[in-house]
Amino acid sequence: MIADADIAIVGAGVMGLAIAYNLANDRRGSGGRRIVVVDGHYLAWGASGRNGGGVRQQWSTEMNVRLMQESMEICAHFAKRMRINVWMRRGGYLFLARTQAAARRLERNVAVQNRCGLPTQMIAPEEARALVPELDSERYVAACYNASDGIVFPWPFLWGYAHAAGKLGVEIHTSTPVTAIARRTGGGFKITTPAGTFAAERIVCAAGAWSPEVARLVGASLPNRPQRHEILSTEALKPFLKPMVTVSETGLYVSQSLRGELVGGISMPEEDERGEVRLGSRLAFTTTMARALVELMPRLGHVKVVRQWAGPYDLSPDGDPIVGELPGVPGFHVVCGFRGHGFMMAPVVARHFAAHLRGGPPHEFLSAWRADRFATGGPPRGGREEMFIG
Amino acid sequence: MARKIILCRCEDVTLDDVQHAVRLGYTDVEEVKRYTGFGTGPCQGKECLRGIVAAIAEAAGLDARAVKALSPFTSRPPLVPTELAVLAGKTKG
Repeated sequence: MIADADIAIVGAGVMGLAIAYNLANDRRGSGGRRIVVVDGHYLAWGASGRNGGGVRQQWSTEMNVRLMQESMEICAHFAKRMRINVWMRRGGYLFLARTQAAARRLERNVAVQNRCGLPTQMIAPEEARALVPELDSERYVAACYNASDGIVFPWPFLWGYAHAAGKLGVEIHTSTPVTAIARRTGGGFKITTPAGTFAAERIVCAAGAWSPEVARLVGASLPNRPQRHEILSTEALKPFLKPMVTVSETGLYVSQSLRGELVGGISMPEEDERGEVRLGSRLAFTTTMARALVELMPRLGHVKVVRQWAGPYDLSPDGDPIVGELPGVPGFHVVCGFRGHGFMMAPVVARHFAAHLRGGPPHEFLSAWRADRFATGGPPRGGREEMFIG
Repeated sequence: MARKIILCRCEDVTLDDVQHAVRLGYTDVEEVKRYTGFGTGPCQGKECLRGIVAAIAEAAGLDARAVKALSPFTSRPPLVPTELAVLAGKTKG
């Protein structure tokens, strides 16, 4: 049995849980709002449990830099506020460039970041080597570094949000896939699951790469497509690697978790022609990643890989997220299309999205990322985000 | 006593850790793996999985059929920990 809800959230990943928590954690109380979260799997099954845990403020658009500055603040206080260890370590993010073209892009982006008050600096390869002595720095022409970026262990964010939301009265049903959604005459929805059917005034679809499947249940079509990306993890090593290291040209990224493992991936996106999410592991990834890591830091040759896995990026046609009510389906909202950075953006996006659902003023991302932009030719704004990794 | 019984030797996960995870409502093998970190070290669960499944079943009071449904977690390549240099083709395994 699932209780009827004012707002039903489909997807118990970090985005759905953070929205549920922020809706319930209103200063005026939840205002009697009944909030239900349903998910077809267990917590951390989807992309929220499969990402590399990077949290950075280095972006190429002012809006994303500022959003991530705020998200970083939420992350920094999360452990204390939610009473759960998130294994956060702020060792910075180091972006390396092999070519002058990539170096010029980094320079342009650093100027944007500096305007937002972020102290990112362009540094020479020798300075990068001072940060990471194991680096074969001769391969690179320039780098940029911001010391206040960092990494987290993603899973405790889900447990923290889920626990806090539960205490505020949110119902969370895992292993409960939504099998049908009917639109009621006069507004609202009837949602069917194996655990029963329940009514909801509004739906928030936060199902990441699975969002198009959920939208199809209300007869809507979303233009995002899933892209398989892979990650590997090595045996645990004594702490030696301070920043997350990324290479602009290859999409390589690697960091050392607080458990000591090196965790990283590289850009080898793969799409299923039917648009299905595929999560199998490929040997081609392991070998490509191994070559890239040994080239980056030759001393890593004897380090052992213990595990690899895959997760889906959730990619919209223009690469930006899709957030808001779907045209033609009143009451059906989506918060998806966050490519490979939905995890780090969830704390701040959920805060402002929940405030908006409660009737607050819209954050500027609600117009920039609105769902109808693909039909109308896109929102008028300056410059798209280009600082993607993986 | 349960505090000191180590079930996962790679990651030092004790019987007490598993019981704590079950008390919090995590009764799926995949969830307990994520909450305790068991099975994520060099042996990737090859040594500890059976013992942990038994501990979950006992702590959660599951009947025989439910225990059967506690399937092993998704196996992750490589089969055994493998050096980057070998995978990169720079040396023989």
